This record gives sequence, C-alpha cells and structure tokens, in this order.
Amino acid sequence: MNRLIISGSIIVLFFAGLALFAPLLAPYDPGMIDIDNILTSPSGEHLLGTDSLGRDLLSRMVYGTRISLLVGLIAVGISAFIGVILGSLAGYYGKWVDALIMRFVDVMLCFPTFFLILAVIALLEPGIVNIMIIIGVTSWMGVARLIRAEILSLKERDFIYAEKAIGASDFRIITRHLIPNAMGPVLVSVTLGVAAAILVESSLSFLGIGVQPPTPSWGNILSEGKSVMGAAWWMLFFPGLAIFITVLGYNLLGEGIRENLLKT
Amino acid sequence: MIKYIFRRLISMVPLLFGITIITFTVIHIAPGKPTDMETQFNPKVSLEARDRIAKLYGLDKPLHVQYADWLRRMARFDFGVSFVDSRPVMKKISERIPVTLGINFVSIILILLIGVPIGISSAVRENTFYDRAMTVFVFIGFAMPTIWLSLILMDLVGVRWGILPVSGLKSLEFERLGLLEKIMDVSRHLVLPVFVSAFAGLAGISRYMRTNMVQVLRQNYIRTARAKGLSEREVIYKHALKNALLPIVTILGLSVPGLIGGSVIFESIFSIPGMGRLFYESVMSRDYPVIMGVLVIGAVLTLLGNLLADVSYAAVDPRIKLE
Repeated sequence: MNRLIISGSIIVLFFAGLALFAPLLAPYDPGMIDIDNILTSPSGEHLLGTDSLGRDLLSRMVYGTRISLLVGLIAVGISAFIGVILGSLAGYYGKWVDALIMRFVDVMLCFPTFFLILAVIALLEPGIVNIMIIIGVTSWMGVARLIRAEILSLKERDFIYAEKAIGASDFRIITRHLIPNAMGPVLVSVTLGVAAAILVESSLSFLGIGVQPPTPSWGNILSEGKSVMGAAWWMLFFPGLAIFITVLGYNLLGEGIRENLLKT
Repeated sequence: MIKYIFRRLISMVPLLFGITIITFTVIHIAPGKPTDMETQFNPKVSLEARDRIAKLYGLDKPLHVQYADWLRRMARFDFGVSFVDSRPVMKKISERIPVTLGINFVSIILILLIGVPIGISSAVRENTFYDRAMTVFVFIGFAMPTIWLSLILMDLVGVRWGILPVSGLKSLEFERLGLLEKIMDVSRHLVLPVFVSAFAGLAGISRYMRTNMVQVLRQNYIRTARAKGLSEREVIYKHALKNALLPIVTILGLSVPGLIGGSVIFESIFSIPGMGRLFYESVMSRDYPVIMGVLVIGAVLTLLGNLLADVSYAAVDPRIKLE
C-alpha cells in the first residue's frame, strides 16, 4: 500500500458513503422548493446555501453524488466489458480477427470522443441510461489495446500450452486463464476511466444534454450556477469542488495501483 | 522522406473509410429519419415537401446506395446544406475552423513553453521538494474540470474584478478601433479561453517530459558524458534534452482529438465562434448535415495531426527507419 492508494481510497470511499447513505445524510429533501429562502448564502441552516428555487444545495449535492458515481461506474463497466472482450479476441486469435478489431480501434480513436458522444446524444434522448451507454461505447479502446498486448505475451507461456495440451477449450483458456492474468493494467485504466467518465458526465449535464433537471447532478447544478453568476458563488464553487475532489480521488487511486504493479 | 509521407498518406485511406462508415452508422441508428427532425416540428412542411427532402438526401434508396452517394459527395467535400439556415455545411465549418485551430495552436505553444521546462527541472531534481510540488500540481491539473475552472475564472476575473472580457472574440466597438487596438481587443478576449484550454494539457506534457527525462538520465551515454567531464549543464541540455524531447512530438499528435473535442466546452462557455460551438449548436438544433460534417472534419484533422507527428518524429529522429 502506498500513499497514493491510501489517499485515493479515502476520497473514493467518502463519496461512495455519501452516495449510499444519501437519504440519511441529506438534511433536506433535495426537491423541496422554499420560495422564502431563494439563493441564501451558506449558513447554519443551509450549510452550503440554497439555489434559485430555495432548494438546499447540500442535499442536492449529496443526491447528485449518487448520479455522478452511478454514471461513472456503469459507463466504465460497459467500456471495460467491450474492451476486454474485443481485446482478448484480438490478442488470442490474431490474424484477421486481430487486424479487423485493431483497425476498428484505430478508427474509433480518430474521432474527438466528445464530438462522437454529442453526436449520438443528438440522435437519442439525453438521460441517465443513455449517457452511461454512450460514454461506455465510446471509451473502450484503451482497455482493448491493453488487454490485447497482455494476452499476446501471456498466450506464449507454458501454462497456456499445458492447458491446451489437456484439451481445454478456447473459451475456458481465455476466460479462466488469460483475462484474469491480464487484469492488472486494466484495473489501472478502469480506475482512471471512472474519473474521466465523471468529468464527461458533468460536462454533458452542464451543457444541458446530460442528466436532466430536476434530477440533481453536479454538472447541472453548475449550469444553474452559471445563470446566477456573480450573485451566488456557492452555486459555482461547491459542485465544481465535488467533481474536482472525486476525480482527484480516482486518479490518485489509479496511479497508486499502477505504481504498485510496476514494483512487483 | 517523400516516399515515407506518401506511404503514410496511403495508409490513411482505410482509416478514412472507417471514419465515414462510423459517421454514417451513427446517423442511421437514429430512431426515425433525418428528415423527421427537420420537418416534424414544422406543420407548414407538406407531405410532398417531405418526399422531396427524402429524395434530395436519397433516403428512398437502399442503405448501401445512400452510403455510396454520400461518399461520392464527400470526396468533393460536399456535405450538403444546413437544415437551420440552408448555407453549405462546408462553408459553415471552414469559417469556424481557423478560430478553433488558432486557439489550440496558441495553447499548444504555451503548453510546450511551460510544460517542457517544468518536466526537465522536476526530472533533474528528482524526489526533491520541488519535484513533489510539481507532482501535486500535475494531479491538480489532471483532475481540474474545464467547466469549473472556466466558470470560476469568469466569475472572478470577468464579473467580480472586471479585468478581462468573458464572452466572444471582439468587443461591441470593435469596428471603430485601430489595428493595434483590434489586436489588443482580440487578445484580451482570448486570455481566459487559451489559459483554460492549456491548463489540462500542461499537466500531461510536464508529466511525460519528466518521465522521459528521468529515463534518459539513467542511460549509459549520459554516464559517459558525465564521466568524460562535461558540465552538468552540457549533459542535460546537449545530450539528454534532445532525446527526452522526441516522444513529446508523438504525444502532441495524440492529443489533437482531445483538444478539438475539448473546444466544445470552452467555446460554449466563453461564446467563442469556433468549430466546437458550431457543433454544440448543431447538436441542439439537430442539424444533421452539420453534425456529420463536423464529425468527419474533426476526425480528418486528427488523422492529419497524427501524420504530422509521425513525419516530424521521423524527421528529427534518424533512428526511425523510413523503409
């Protein structure tokens, strides 16, 4: 365990706790409108102030944590799933399977990812489920490359030849032996990927094509904060800070795992 | 060298094909047809007009024919006309490209001018307080959300302190200014967007530069240079730096799609009339021809960026065999 992993885990666990226990931790109902307390600055009653409908910012941000983490984790789950399958097929079978899949990766990498995501959203409807799928489907290429490279070297090892000699099926070799042994670098990439996905989700929600209000997400609270700029600094400061610290946490954790892997 | 460039150009052809296929697929997985979007909210458009639009875009033909037609038009850079204002898509895009490329170019220069020295100095002082402080800075840079940084700068520098303009490229009285004042005006408008777009890239480049430099400094030829009595200055700037700089060329090429994609965010926030904002507006108004056009052009720019990186790498590194 190094310091990066410890500090990263503390941040990650803190926000995971917020998300899990949101109903217990939020002091108010995140949707409760209170027209007598519009845009009040942080005080004992509303620790982080209120928004332009008088809703408690802290409560909205606590519930927003759920959305941001959910989108980040599921999006990365989808991208890891696609990446691992395509990457291991390419690495194990080689030849034309490899050529086809890796050219597909090259082509996908040509697109500015954010453009591709926006274009697909323009066609589908914005919403939490679509955001997860779209981020997942446009971000699997790194994982595919990593796992392919790992499997290329693993499949020449003796234990794989031994497995083949006793007549194990390709499916068994890939899923039981190759993928588990190739997971190290993927774990790093996935951890960093959660951070990236949270950033993308917040940008999309900020631009109004991500998580739609009244569902609170850090990104759409920021967007509201922009419209009251100069009048309510807390609406800009706190949601951004939450994104920043969460992303920092996953980055620290990812780099920590990478350092640990390099050592062993 | 010319042969090398030529061969790289040839190898781009299948990629270009792939790009067009994906763009075409993206547009056609949409529920409904592109014509629905243009016409469904407009009761004045008759059924007959819809048929005409469908014919114009060839939507009555089978998919592979549509694709071939579209490809043929694209080869002439003809992306059709915008649904919003009926102007040619290519014209709309080409008048926006210089702004986006200009901002990205300036920020790349900034990133290099600041990031490379940070990387070198951290590597030379490996594991000192300075190096640790720079590592912290790099982590902050990686985690900083572009939108947050932009909004906070806008709020502080623009709204509260009123030092810099926060929106657009020109002031209202731009036309009445003299040439020098015009240049000053545009530069003042560009300070925040360029700073924001350079900030994230800065962290990446200084990190790569540090890693490269640390590795190079462990090589045998560096030990030899020191052993023959060269000053530390000469060792670092004459022998190590050149070798550590090489991979940066590739990293810059690879960062092109990120920079172009990121332009959507800061151009929307700062209301800058570039390609990113055009794309955002087209997405919001479902302007299909423009969306397809920007997707393809963005991907082609990325390809060109990679080509440029490969060619310059081959040009500066004699070890790269051009065969």
